[in-house]
Order: sequence, then structure tokens, then C-alpha cells
Amino acid sequence: MENRPLEYDYTVAKMFMLTTIVLGIVGMLVGVILAFQLAYPSLNGSDLAIAEYINYSRLRPLHTDAVVFGFTLSGIFATWYYVGQRVLKVSMAESRFLMFIGKLHFWLYLIAVAAAVISLLMGVTTSKEYAEFEWPIDIAIVVVWILFGMGVFGLIGIRREKTLYISVWYYIATFLGIAMLYLFNNMAIPTMFGVSEIGESSVGVWYHSVSMYAGTNDALVQWWYGHNAVAFGFTVPIIAMIYYFLPKESGQAIYSYKLSLLSFWGLMFLYIWAGGHHLLYSTVPDWMQTMGSIFSIILILPSWGSAINMLLTMRGEWQQVAASPLIKFMILGSTFYMFSTLEGSIQAIKSVNAIAHFTDWIIGHVHNGALGWVTFMIMAALYHMAPRVFKREIYSKSLMATQFWIQTVGVVLYFTSMWIAGITQGMMWRAHDEFGNLAYSFIDTVTVLYPYYTIRGVGGVLYLVGFLMFAYNMYKTMSARPVKESELQSASPMGA
Amino acid sequence: MFHWLEKNPFFFSVVVFVIIAFAGIVEIFPNFAQQSRPVIGTKPYTTLELAGRHVYIKNSCNACHSQLVRPFKSETDRYGDYSLSGEYAYDRPFLWGSKRTGPDLLRVGNYRTTDWHEIHMKDPASVVPGTNMPAYKWMFTNIADINTAFAEQLTIAQFFSVPYNTPVPMKDGSMAVVKMGKSVADAHALALAEARIIVADMKDQGVKDAVASGQIPEIVAIIAYMNGLK
Repeated sequence: MENRPLEYDYTVAKMFMLTTIVLGIVGMLVGVILAFQLAYPSLNGSDLAIAEYINYSRLRPLHTDAVVFGFTLSGIFATWYYVGQRVLKVSMAESRFLMFIGKLHFWLYLIAVAAAVISLLMGVTTSKEYAEFEWPIDIAIVVVWILFGMGVFGLIGIRREKTLYISVWYYIATFLGIAMLYLFNNMAIPTMFGVSEIGESSVGVWYHSVSMYAGTNDALVQWWYGHNAVAFGFTVPIIAMIYYFLPKESGQAIYSYKLSLLSFWGLMFLYIWAGGHHLLYSTVPDWMQTMGSIFSIILILPSWGSAINMLLTMRGEWQQVAASPLIKFMILGSTFYMFSTLEGSIQAIKSVNAIAHFTDWIIGHVHNGALGWVTFMIMAALYHMAPRVFKREIYSKSLMATQFWIQTVGVVLYFTSMWIAGITQGMMWRAHDEFGNLAYSFIDTVTVLYPYYTIRGVGGVLYLVGFLMFAYNMYKTMSARPVKESELQSASPMGA
Repeated sequence: MFHWLEKNPFFFSVVVFVIIAFAGIVEIFPNFAQQSRPVIGTKPYTTLELAGRHVYIKNSCNACHSQLVRPFKSETDRYGDYSLSGEYAYDRPFLWGSKRTGPDLLRVGNYRTTDWHEIHMKDPASVVPGTNMPAYKWMFTNIADINTAFAEQLTIAQFFSVPYNTPVPMKDGSMAVVKMGKSVADAHALALAEARIIVADMKDQGVKDAVASGQIPEIVAIIAYMNGLK
């Protein structure tokens, strides 16, 4: 072979970059609408003819699913189709089969997303969080996931670099983890199989199904899934990204290989156990609740292991954080990862959970991770990829820096307001007067939250504005005149 | 060993899978051996209640309302007895929820009535000033899907042996029988009979007319469901 660097094929990566941006805008916009509907209930538009489709309760699953299955999954796929080729030292153009699978993966994914949006707006849902889809869409999602797996293992099969880089470990774990969890949690029997005494079957709507598990068992399986969908969707693949993009962007080697080993295997073993912390003081067996609590606390070790490994990767090079907005995104992302894993462990302590559960503090915790860590990292990854994929420099560095600060303020407003709201409400629910009667009626604990709901909404708007700046920056980068004939090999987008 | 695994993707994947599956195997499978058994007083849902439960799910009521009373004085004072596992034996899916933007509804049938729900669903702020719950006016015109509720009854009776048309023990020592229709027409007749009792306590003329003509609006079904939550 000629002695020249490999040219990678980013066709599929580009497609998923586009859906990352579009579905990110959709998911966050719906989130902002929901935030203001809670603060100003008239925004539910109760008197409008379309109220059924725009009120809080119908939109809420759309927000979570658009962000989880739309934005984040797209980001995971986009980065895999970029990082995978580069760390395995093989181009997708070398295999027409893998190229076909990759494109099929994208188009089927798009169809599944469209079907999911329509079905959620119609109110077709199983009610299980992050598993709302009925069985036809579940089957489509499983096919999409298998195609992703074929892409991952196919590329690994024809790799030139024999040793799998750390990022690839995490992508493999993402594939296996989600596959196992999604299949088991969505087990259901379509009601079309029910037969009446006089022999009628296929009664009612064809897409309805009934969960394979009942009551407490159903709850147990759901939170084994729900908690670990966060693990294998919001943590594991995002760590895959930072292990690749931070060293690339900063030019620094990963601080410690041993620490990455400890963190990876520790995370794999511990994370699943922690699902029980969603069920504290419920009717699931006590020992499972205790295990959930204990493992959630031990989980700090591998979580902080990864985050500290990232921060120490920057040792001696901290001036880069000041100089480069891209590095800022990743370093603040790692820091938020540390904060939100610590916060999660605290909330999993039984006595703390007694106050925190069912309140906005949990919502604050989720967004701490989702906005501060997941979205920051995905945006950083796309910013790093854009110059190499589109062969154009990033349109505006100052826009990026402005965006960083606007979004950081947004996240801070979000989680501080939700901390206060959650703890206030949790304390009010349990307050008794001197005679041992409840001190507050439920509505007292709602009206007190309105100022915090408004602040949270403002935080959300700032974050959305920042994301729109990101989208604009990416659009201007894509549509600019090409400045380079071939891919930029080593230049940092911030190098200029 | 780790170096070796990193060069052998197949064995690497196998080891990762075993490690992530471990907790599930240890935690979840043993619990399935002791299936949730209904406690005394827990009945299967009637056709209309099940249709109402579908309306509850369709509108993601569970996004803001829990159905899980934890064993704390503050919760039992507010909502009634704490939850027992067996009370959920017929809940597919479970509806515990994860957020209380509004109050818990596990025992709402004990302290709210049909007419309260009717006014509240039409204009929540008129009975609870300061609330941020949206109104659900479309439930007064949308027709509940009795067919699908019946299909679900057939499915759970067949696959999970849910005791329809069978006596189940009640708290007062009596036995209760929850009937399931023999055919679609039969199921509609049963649901309609139950709907007439609910509608007698309602004021909305449109809903009364609909039930009189044999149609059951969603509001009637969801009230039947909530009245049954005790």
C-alpha cells in the first residue's frame, strides 16, 4: 500500500450529526415549553382545540424520549461512525457491506423516530419511563440496534489496529448493555392474541400490548432498565467520547491506563446493582433496596476514576482550558460528571431519599448530568469532528465561547432552582405541627414552587439559546466554502 | 488478562456481558419465583376501570401522580395506609410514577367523589386554587376504547390467569366476582351498566346524552378507574 494516511469515510457520521442537532433542538424546545407550562399553567392551552396534543402530560414523554432516543443516541451513533474508523485504523469505504449497513441503520432509525413522535403525541404509550413505545416501535428499535451492533463488530472484524482502544470498550458495552436491558424490560403480550368465549380475537387496537410483569416485579424490571438506560446511554458512551476527543483535542496522552481499567470494569460491575435506589421505601424486598443504596455509593469510585483520569490528562496544560472553548466544554463536562455522580450517590442514601424522592431535586440531578455532562460532551465531539468531516474550519470561535458561558449559566440556574424546589417541597410534605397534624396541604407545597419553576424555565431558555448558537455555528461551518482539499490531519480547529 | 481481552473482541464482549448481566441474574430472577400474590381485598379491574386505566396512561397521568404510599407517618396521614406488594398484583404495567407534581392517587377513591373529579378535570383551578394541573376537556368528548380494554382482559385471563368470573376474597369476609364479558357485545353491555352508575352523579349533559345513547366518554372511564383506587 502507498505510504499515505488513511482517508476515512464519514458519510454515515454526517447523517447522524444532522439528526443530533435537529433532534437536540426538538427535545430541548419541548423541555422549555414544559418548564413554562409548570410555572404558568395557562400555557397548556386548555381552551384550544389541539389542547390534547400540546398539554404538559402529552408532551412530557416526548421531551424525555426526544432527548434520550433522539439527541443522545444520534450523538452516540455519529461519534461511533467517526471514532470507530479512526481508532481501528480502517475506513468504512473499504467494505461496501458495512457502508450499506451503516446507511440502512440511519434510515431505519429515522423512520423509528418519526413513528415514535407520532405515537407519543397520539398518546400511544406503555407508561414505562424511557420505554414508552408499543411493541411495533420496539421491534423497529431492536432492528436499528442490531444494525448498529453489526456496524460495530463488522468494523472491529476488519480492523488493522489489533488492540481495542478504551473508547471501543465503552461502545461495545453500550451496545451489549442497552440490548439486554431493552429486550427484557419491553417484554409484553399483544392484546390481539386474546380470544373471547365465542371465538372473537384481534379485538381493539392492534398495537396495544400488556406487560409481561405485574406490579412490584414490573417496577423492579423497569428500574433495573430505567436506571441503566441512563448508565449505558448517558454515561458509558459519553465516556467513550471523552476518552477519544479530549486527548485528541488537547494533544495530551490519557493520564493513566490502570485507572481507565479500574473505572471501566468497576463501572460495568457496579452500575446495574444501583437500579434499586429508585425503589427505596417501596414494596420491593428490603435487601434489594439496601443493595441499591450501597452500590450507588460505591459507584463513586469508577465514576470519579474516569473523571479524575480526564482532569489529570490536562496536567501541566491547564492554559488550554483558558484558551480553547472546546477544551472548556470537555473539562466542565467532566466536572459536572463528578458533581452529578456524587449527587446521585447522596440521593441514594435511604434517609436522604426519603426527602428527595418524588421531588424536583431528582429532576435537577438528571439535568445536571444531561445538560452539564452529556450535551456538553456531545457538542464538543461534534465541534471537534466538524473541521475533519466537512474539511472546513469552525465558523466562529468567539460564538463558541459565548455559547459556553450562556449554557453554563443556564445549567447553574437549572440545578440550583431545582435543588431549592425539591428540598423545600420534600421538607414541607413531611412537616407536622405541634399537635402532630400535617402542617401543609398538598397545594401549599405546589404554590411555593412557582418562583423556582420560573427560574428553571429561564435556565432552560438560556441553554436552548446556546444550543441554537451551536446549531448555527455548525450550519455556517458546513455551508462555508471548502478551505482544504483533503482532510485536516492534525490541525486543531482552534489552532488558528 | 486485560491486555489479552483487549486484543480479542469476542471474549472481551462475553466477559463484559457476563459482568453486566450478573446483578440482574442475582437480583431479579429470584424475585420472579415468588410472583406478586394479591392481598385480600384486591380485585381484577372491570372492563370500564381498565378502559379508564388506559385513559390514565394515554395522558401520562403517571408523569405527575404517584401510586405508591411510603411507610412514613407524613405519607400515611396524607394518603392512607402504606402500599403492600400484593395490592399491585393486577397492575400491568405498574403505575408508581417517579414524581409528585400532584398528590399520590393510590387511594384517591377513598376521599374524592365522581362530581369532584368531573369539576376538577374540566377546570382544576376551580376546586384547587393555585394548581398547575392542566384541564382535560377532551376527555368529555373522546369516546373510551372498550374493545381494547376487553382484549386486555381476555389476554391477562388467558396468559396470566387473572381471576375473572371467579370469586375472590374481600376484607369483610365476603367474596366478590369481577365479571368479564363472553363477547364484545357482552363486554360493552357490562361497561355501560357500570357507566350509568357513574353518570348518575355527573352534571355534564353531553356526557349524560352520550351514555344514554350507548357511548362511554373517556371521563366516565377514568372516573370509574379512580373511584376504584382504594
